[in-house]
Amino acid sequence: MLGFLKRLWATIRRPSVHYSLGFLTMGGFVMGIVFWGGFNTALELTNTETFCTSCHEMRDNVYAELKTTIHYTNRSGVRATCPDCHVPHDWTNKIARKMQASKEVWGKIFGTISTREKFLDKRLELAQHEWARLEANDSLECRNCHSDESMDITRQSARAADFHQRLLFTGEKTCIDCHKGIAHQLPDMGQASLLIGAGSAQEVSSYLDR
Amino acid sequence: MKRKLSLVAALVLAVAGSAMAQTSIATLRGGTPLNTESEPPAMAKEINSDLRQVRNYPEQPPLIPHKIDGYQIDLNANKCLSCHSRAAVEISQAPMISITHFMNRDNQFLASVTPRRYFCNQCHVVQTDARPLVENGFVDIDQVLDYVKNNQGSSD
Repeated sequence: MLGFLKRLWATIRRPSVHYSLGFLTMGGFVMGIVFWGGFNTALELTNTETFCTSCHEMRDNVYAELKTTIHYTNRSGVRATCPDCHVPHDWTNKIARKMQASKEVWGKIFGTISTREKFLDKRLELAQHEWARLEANDSLECRNCHSDESMDITRQSARAADFHQRLLFTGEKTCIDCHKGIAHQLPDMGQASLLIGAGSAQEVSSYLDR
Repeated sequence: MKRKLSLVAALVLAVAGSAMAQTSIATLRGGTPLNTESEPPAMAKEINSDLRQVRNYPEQPPLIPHKIDGYQIDLNANKCLSCHSRAAVEISQAPMISITHFMNRDNQFLASVTPRRYFCNQCHVVQTDARPLVENGFVDIDQVLDYVKNNQGSSD
């Protein structure tokens, strides 16, 4: 192994005998374009609704639910596709998310959510991952389209305007805190969904154990 | 005799048939023939004023003065309760569900919403700006009381 590495290093160090400097430079340049372009094209191919829904896990569960919501069809004809909300748009973060998503390939191969029942059992956990991600990045994927600055609350209903002024603009809450389950159905929320203002589960259990 | 009977029957049928053709029954199809599609009426807009509506009688379930498109109410979650539950009203400033919603059928109070009151839109509904299909002569109890008071002298 060490011998192979030494020979490789020697080959790389030795000046080229047969090829001109121009050929090597231009060749490197062209190959750079081909590989980088190819990489990004492949990356963008995996960043489409068609790609996501090519697996039945997505097509039959979450995509079917999306179809009835306002993010799929609406009066202005703008559609949010899967990656618009689930993949960061910024390149570095996108690559990080794509690397995380390699676990989903594992899940696909071993059929982690290959049936409706398996999916429903996993649903809460899957949803919690997304909620945690959006809470951590201050609902970045929502804000790619919906920004505070361009939000005209005078065109909202009185109720929505009040909420946004009181909670969103002050930074007290972020989009996902209230807008859960708007594009897909909610998992079993239990009593948690009723306890917006109340204490955490730990507080309750410590009180009851006293 | 037999001939007379059949004549009468024919007459009755003819009269009934023409009467049926004249009284048009109000259907969704209207007067459109069966082999063509009728023009559906435009869908009415839901009222989204956020202003509470008057109740026509004290026991009336309050109307929902806002849109509830896509609100999930099922075994897993109840979207309405994310604002109208006891714990949520401080943040949401929405009216809390009535305490009757915690009572079981024996009038015993439970710790949380009783299952028989869980499905909100069995009783609470949104309103649309659609014109009423039939006229409504409903008068509420205050008007009835006024009427009784004003006519007390004359009727007794």
